[in-house]
Amino acid sequence: MNFIKKSPWILHYDGSSCNGCDIEVLACLTPLYDVERFGVINTGNPKHADILLITGSVNEQNIPVVKQLYEQMAEPRVVVAVGICAATGGIFSECYNVVGGADKVLPVDVYVPGCAARPEAVIDGVMRALAILEEKQKTARCKKGTQEGAGV
Amino acid sequence: MSWIAALILFPALASVLLFVIRKDRLRNAVCWGSSLITAALSVWVTYRYFGMGVSFSFPGEGAIDSFMMAVEVLAAAYIIFVGIKNKKYLICLFAAIQTPLMLWFELTRAHESGAAAGIVFDKLSAIMVLVIGVIGSLICIYAVGYMRGYHIHHEDYKERKAFFFSILFVFLSAMFGLVLSNKLTWLHFCWELTTLCSFFLIGYTQTPQAKNNAFRALAINLGGGLAFAAGIVFLGLRFNISALSEFIAMKPETVVLVPVILLCIAALTKSAQLPFSSWLLGAMVAPTPTSALLHSSTMVKAGVYLVIRLTPLLGSSAAGKTVTLIGGITFLATSLLAISQSDAKKILAYSTIANLGLIVTCASVGTQEALWAAILLLIFHAISKSLLFLAVGSIEHQIGSRNVEDMDILMRVSRKLSIYMLIGIAGMFLAPFGMLISKWAAMKAFIDSDNILIIIMLVYGSSATLFYWTKWMGKLISNANRKAEGHHTFHITEEVPIFVQAALTVAACFCFPVVSRYAIMPYLSGLFGGSAAMPIGTNDVNIMLIMLSMLLLLPLGFFSIYKNDHRRIVPVYMGGENAGDNKAFNGALGKTRKLELRNWYMEKYFGSAKLTYWSDTLCAAILCVSVIMLVLGVMGL
Amino acid sequence: MIALEILAIIILTPLVGGLLTGADRVISARMQGRKGPPVLQPFYDVFKLFQKESIEVNTMHRFYVYISIIFVIFTVIIVLLGGDVLLAVFALTLGSIFFVLGGYASNSPYSLIGSERELLQMMSYEPMLLLASLGLYYVNNSFYIKDIISGDTPAILFLPGIFAGFVFILTFKLRKSPVDLSMSHHGHQEIVKGITTEYSGKDLAIIEITHWYETVLVLAFVYIFFAVKDPVSHVWAVLACVVVYFLEILVDNGSARVKWQLALKSSWIVTGIVGAVNLVVISLFR
Ligand code: SF4
Repeated sequence: MNFIKKSPWILHYDGSSCNGCDIEVLACLTPLYDVERFGVINTGNPKHADILLITGSVNEQNIPVVKQLYEQMAEPRVVVAVGICAATGGIFSECYNVVGGADKVLPVDVYVPGCAARPEAVIDGVMRALAILEEKQKTARCKKGTQEGAGV
Repeated sequence: MSWIAALILFPALASVLLFVIRKDRLRNAVCWGSSLITAALSVWVTYRYFGMGVSFSFPGEGAIDSFMMAVEVLAAAYIIFVGIKNKKYLICLFAAIQTPLMLWFELTRAHESGAAAGIVFDKLSAIMVLVIGVIGSLICIYAVGYMRGYHIHHEDYKERKAFFFSILFVFLSAMFGLVLSNKLTWLHFCWELTTLCSFFLIGYTQTPQAKNNAFRALAINLGGGLAFAAGIVFLGLRFNISALSEFIAMKPETVVLVPVILLCIAALTKSAQLPFSSWLLGAMVAPTPTSALLHSSTMVKAGVYLVIRLTPLLGSSAAGKTVTLIGGITFLATSLLAISQSDAKKILAYSTIANLGLIVTCASVGTQEALWAAILLLIFHAISKSLLFLAVGSIEHQIGSRNVEDMDILMRVSRKLSIYMLIGIAGMFLAPFGMLISKWAAMKAFIDSDNILIIIMLVYGSSATLFYWTKWMGKLISNANRKAEGHHTFHITEEVPIFVQAALTVAACFCFPVVSRYAIMPYLSGLFGGSAAMPIGTNDVNIMLIMLSMLLLLPLGFFSIYKNDHRRIVPVYMGGENAGDNKAFNGALGKTRKLELRNWYMEKYFGSAKLTYWSDTLCAAILCVSVIMLVLGVMGL
Repeated sequence: MIALEILAIIILTPLVGGLLTGADRVISARMQGRKGPPVLQPFYDVFKLFQKESIEVNTMHRFYVYISIIFVIFTVIIVLLGGDVLLAVFALTLGSIFFVLGGYASNSPYSLIGSERELLQMMSYEPMLLLASLGLYYVNNSFYIKDIISGDTPAILFLPGIFAGFVFILTFKLRKSPVDLSMSHHGHQEIVKGITTEYSGKDLAIIEITHWYETVLVLAFVYIFFAVKDPVSHVWAVLACVVVYFLEILVDNGSARVKWQLALKSSWIVTGIVGAVNLVVISLFR
């Protein structure tokens, strides 16, 4: 059985956002939306996380940080870009320091549009990410299986 | 009989030899040889007389007495001389009162009451002889390697190795004499001799600080010696008693408590209990073998040895209560104080005082279980603590510091040393190891004898102990993963004793039921009458042994399982700002900053300034009150 | 027979512990006006962690977690088979110390602070833990749990103070607010995640399971205070465990985290007062 769908732990990273999306992300934890229903936990630690949730665009300063956080996550892992900023750079895309959306640095799996993205949309994005996570888990296992088989 | 004489005299002979030999090589060889012979002699004597024990008097006791008196006079003259020279008048005063007092007593009264045997070798002496003989000689062997490195690292100190080694051996001689003598005057003589040895060794480097601390140690211990002498004179004049065995057989009446408390004061000074503990902390300036031999595993044990001997008189008497209380407070206060220390030798010193306090407490409660715990503590502590001191001595030479904070690189410098160190620390406080076994018995004994106050102190002290040892262990293992950068080797004479002691630390935990059955139990049943039972049930002993075996075997099991489990290694989490090598991070303003990890010391709560003052005052007050009560009691009679 | 019992303990204890943790999360959610996760959520989490990749910062630090769980299981076996209380406390301490050493071994700033705080917490609760087991010995004249729970009068009648103190330090042991300084559970992010910061995958799952064992263990201690020969008393004992656990959850949700100074001081003072007074009073009646 695949349990990753039942227990997604999220690392929330704030790039150069206006904090609008962040508030919506945190709103998901409130009693009104209560994402813990789905087993979601907002961890502060990449090593425990399955989903990297990025709000805001990527800039010159935070490129290494984002990369390092992604590196410190255990497989399988997915990236969810929340808000227009995280998708393309949004209203900040013209700024001198902004590089663009999160996909400039990381392989983004799900884009959640909106400025700001609504909590429902964020939750929906996470749920879609779970399907991808499961898929990744399966392929990873197959790969491991074939590798081991080859080894034998 | 002649073997026992040989045991006492041989180290003295060796010391003369070591003093006159001026060639380093030869001296080292002699030191090795004499250490081995001393160890062999102590084992042989124990083996030979263990079953029945032996007590006898030497033929020419008068001559021995005269010889001792001569030495005493010389020593007193020397002490007064250096005292005046260095303007330390207190020690002059102590020596000037003590020696004439003893001389007068010995010349006029002593031989009137000389029925008891001069030398008594029983199970307790056997344990002490083994501890002194085996651990003492290991430390002497270690000293050979250590002193070579010592003078390389400290070029500014004058080299006086011949003196150093000869004093070490004189000390061994005196220690053997101390635990074997039954005549109180001989005991006192050996007692004073160890004080003098300690004085010389602390002052070895001749720096102003060393000298100062040496004088402090001398003053406090001479004070204790004075109390000892007063006790002997009182006993002789009032009861016509001159032997320890006769003294112990007395009933603990009020008048008898006078010499008891005097001897206990002597024991408390020697064992560095509060309020007399400052000298032991100062003594840490001495070269490490000294600290290992005198100030942790043997000389300070002389004090607790005396208390253990006096147990039947302490029991529920007022003197016993006082000593118990002082021991308990010492344990608690010094355990707390150790938290705020980062100098490895200071931590060891505090922990030594704490454990001596615990032994004193156990011995003075006066019940059979408590005494069992006390003797076991004495053995385990001697082994583990000397291992720790020796390891710290070598570490200091390897990494150039003895600050615990600097020991995080030790795993890279010398993996072996770190492992010895970890074994030593584990021996001091972890569950299946010796100290904890004894602590357990101690707790049981205290609660059985309704000593609630002591129990409370013990539980707090134990948890503080856990804190400071674990954080030290943590520092030692914190770099276990990094590959060794430079491979340091340490001298074989340093490594062999450390290895043997590490092995002993572990072996002692496996063997303690045997020791308890064949040495401690017979001693206790002789003392208390009836048959003694081990305070810890066999069931629990078995569980302990299972735990110990698990601790030893588990690492091996894991290493084989995990050898093939390679995993992705990622940088340590630093908020995504890890500069890549786990040693630095990208700080503000684009600067890369070094990461420094430090332990907690909580100076504000456990710092020595306030805590030392209050605990010293408290213990001094308790001591004064009990002395005053005693005086009033005696006068009322 | 004894082997079967041990096996049953090893398997069943984490099941109970996991369910308790699940219930904790549901109740906490309800207290906060949320629906909360399914009761089986802790199991999902742990199974997921087992399926995930395990990454590490160095090759040594996982070792301590495994030693730690082995000694905790060892303790659980001692306690549930009716062994020596004091020995159990020592074995538990050994397990906890290995866990702390794991934090040191990872050599990471957050883990290190976690370790220091964990040590501080251990120093805070250890006196009470020792006093509790000594108190049990004092009134029953035996360290064996087997003997204690087959007495005539429950220990709680003699040791109300010690029991109160024990419940107080249970908050440390269960890692509940206000004293979850070193490593708080789930949603909270104090010093990232304390000692567990650098653990992932299997190792983290093991830590989680260790905590389940510990939860059952401390509740077993509560049980000992109530159970006696009379079979009805065992119902009361279970009830007491439930009430205590609920109280802990209530406190967890109703209080803010304190500083370490207050944590240390309060637990030492509480221990000193209730423990000492209780023992002294009993000693008067002996
Ligand atoms: S998408 Fe809109 S709300 Fe979200 S961070 Fe960008 S500007 Fe703010």
